[in-house]
This record gives sequence, structure tokens and C-alpha cells, in this order.
Amino acid sequence: MFAINPTATLRLGLWVALAIVLMTVDHRYRYLDGVRDVLATTVYPLHYLVGLPTATKHWLIENLASRGALLDENARLREKQVFLNAQLQKLITLEAENRRLRSLLESSVNAPERVLIAELLAVDFDPYRHHILINRGRRHGVYVGQPVLDQQGVIGQVIRADLFTASVILATDPNHALPIQIHRTGVRTLALGTGNFQKLELPHVPNHEDVQTGDLLITSGLGGRFPHGYPVGTVTEVGFDPGSPFARIIARPVARLDRIREVMLLEKPPMLPESATPATPGPVDPPETP
Amino acid sequence: MMAVHPQGGWIIALSFLAALLLSGIPFPGGLAPFRPDWVAMVLIYWCMALPHRVGIGTGWLVGLGLDVLRGALLGQHALALAAVAYLTLQTYQRIRIFSPWRQAFSVLVFLLVEQVLVFWINGVIGYPPRDGWYLAPAIGGMVCWPLLFVVLRDVRRYFQVT
Repeated sequence: MFAINPTATLRLGLWVALAIVLMTVDHRYRYLDGVRDVLATTVYPLHYLVGLPTATKHWLIENLASRGALLDENARLREKQVFLNAQLQKLITLEAENRRLRSLLESSVNAPERVLIAELLAVDFDPYRHHILINRGRRHGVYVGQPVLDQQGVIGQVIRADLFTASVILATDPNHALPIQIHRTGVRTLALGTGNFQKLELPHVPNHEDVQTGDLLITSGLGGRFPHGYPVGTVTEVGFDPGSPFARIIARPVARLDRIREVMLLEKPPMLPESATPATPGPVDPPETP
Repeated sequence: MMAVHPQGGWIIALSFLAALLLSGIPFPGGLAPFRPDWVAMVLIYWCMALPHRVGIGTGWLVGLGLDVLRGALLGQHALALAAVAYLTLQTYQRIRIFSPWRQAFSVLVFLLVEQVLVFWINGVIGYPPRDGWYLAPAIGGMVCWPLLFVVLRDVRRYFQVT
């Protein structure tokens, strides 16, 4: 009665074989992109449902806020806008001057970047990969490798673009590397993800380099995916190990990666050559190399 | 068994849908790593309660749904859940007579097998697990099993799913 049922074993074998074929095809080739598109579109309502409680909570908070709180917020935002406007004036003149000087030097002109705002579908993915899902897809012009930022700084890049949604790999994913530069000294290196939302690792900085805690890291623009100059993180820990040629440097991302709600997708500047992004990025590893 | 007219298939489908939804909702704070794999647990329950209706094929298809939902490799959870269904089908006659708390230990074993399969595949495609925490969902699943068992049993009885 408790004997192993041979038909069940056979059926298991068949299904496992099918799964292995499917995984191989999905991993090695791109045939299944269309299938995935269709499937992803059919599960979109599920994502929407999962996100609904959070969305309702935010809606309620916004709608039930007292008049006083709203007035307060209004005043604060107005103050901030005046402050930002003042800064912006300075920036506009600086940018114009910068462009003029660059054209004098006949170097390439940095086109102003445009952004696409996307919202996080409040879905927690595989806890061992730092991927998030956003509510913009190929229909809205999202493409694989597109840089993603929030108000504070770099979040990551698009790893898969479906029709209506896209997956974004965060800079803290253990398989992600971001070409960066230390703003104060100009040292270029990579920031590797660690799997911890608060930690980035800078493994290739020689011991004799001048790095201090509090140094700002910005994107270096190498690799051709991220434009130069967006803030990435601040150095929190510098350790020197006399036995190792490299310093042990830990940084904290400036973006609060564990509590993202809205993100900005940088649209491709028109002058960037197509070949800057590899033609066939691997299905699971878009991380950049310097 | 042959004479029983199958009914209540929509309850089974609905329970899997609810499990897929739940698997997208994180646990708070320190409990986050222990979030159980609800889909696998619901699958174990139905394989145990209605082995003539829910089996390896069902597990495979639900797993494929989980793959799409999580953005994982297509077929990864399909394989793992097919294996879980197989293990349950081979042992349901023994497990069924245990109390929910004793069942929980068998469930722990099934869930561990599932986690290990999923992470083997992750390792093959270049995402090796960094620490032992990836086994934590199985422990969470064991703790939640009696509750899930009682809820699903009452649902099954109330709607007379056969």
C-alpha cells in the first residue's frame, strides 16, 4: 500500500524534463520573450491586487490628512520651491556656460536628459535578488539597461522590460556593479552590490588612495549606461589591511533602496551611440564592467 | 473514489490564487526572511487531501505561475513544486493521519527540498546563496502549517470540495 507508485515517478520525470528544457531555453536563448510577455501581462492584475492595500493606505493618508497638516505641507513645499528655484537659476547659467565652453573645446555636448516617472508596484520579489517591479514597460519606451534614479540618486537599471511592467535590478543586488568615481578626488572604481540595502562595496581601491568617510560617490559615466555625475552613495567605512593591496571600503547608497515608491527612468540622450550598450546582454546579468 | 463526482475545483483554483497573492506580500521587519512559501504549502495540502485531483502537473503549472510572478527563470519553481507534489503523493497516506503539529515536520522536509532545488538552479545560473538564510522560509512554513491546515480543511469541508 505504501509502495512507491511507478506512474507517479514516471510523471515526475516527464515534468522535470519539461522544466529543465524550459529553463535551458529561457536561460540561453531569447525565444521565450514573447511567451513571457503574454504571461507577464496576464499576471499584471495579480501585481495590481498585491499593491492595492499599500495604494489604498497612501490614498487614505492623503485624503484624511487634516487641513492644518495640508497647510503646513503646502507652506513647506512652497519654501522648498523658492529655494530650489534660486538654485536652478544658478544652474541654468552654469549649464549654458558649460555648454558654450564645451563647444569651444569641440568636445561632445551633454544633451539635457529627460525622465520618465514610474511607480513601484509594491511587490516583494525573490528576497535574494534585489529586483523591483515598476509600472512602466516597453509600451512607455522602457528598454533594458535604462538607468533608474530616485530623488536622491541612483537606484539601479532596468533588467527586463515587459509590455506594461519592467524589472529593475538595484545597485545593491549582489550581481550588480556600477562604475563610479569618488567626487572629491576623482578616483574611478566600481561599486558592487552586497545583498544588503545599506551597503555597497568598493573592492578595487589601492591602499594609498585618499578616501575618507563621508566622501560622495558619483556615477563615472564609463560603461555607457549611466550618464556622468549622478550621486550613488557616501563612504561610511574605510579600513586598511596591511596584508592586502586594496583598501576595504564600504559605502551607503544615497537612495533609500528599501523604501522606494516612485522612480525616474532616464531617457536615452539622442547623441548616445547605440553600440554603447551590448547588443545581447545575458538574460540574468546586465551588470556593467568598467 | 471512482464514484465521487469531483466538485469545487474553483475553490482549489482560488486557494492557489490567494497563495500567489500572499507570496507577494512581505513579512514585517525581522520576520521577513521567514516568510513561508504559501504556494508550496497550499499545494502540499491539496495533494494530501485530494491526491486524485491535485498532483504533479498541477504543481508544475502553479510553479510556472510563480516563476512569471517573481520574474524567475521559467521552469524553476515549476520543477521544485512538481517535486514537492511528488513527495506528498508518495507519503500522503502516512502524513494524513498525523496531527497538524506532527504533519508540520514532514512539511518542513518537503519545503527544505523545494528551497534546495530552487537554490541549486539559482546557483547554476549564477546566483549562489550567500548564507544559510535561504532555508528560513521552510522554518516559517513549518510554524504556519497547522494554521493553514485548519483553515484549508474548514474551507474544503464547508464547500464540500471532493
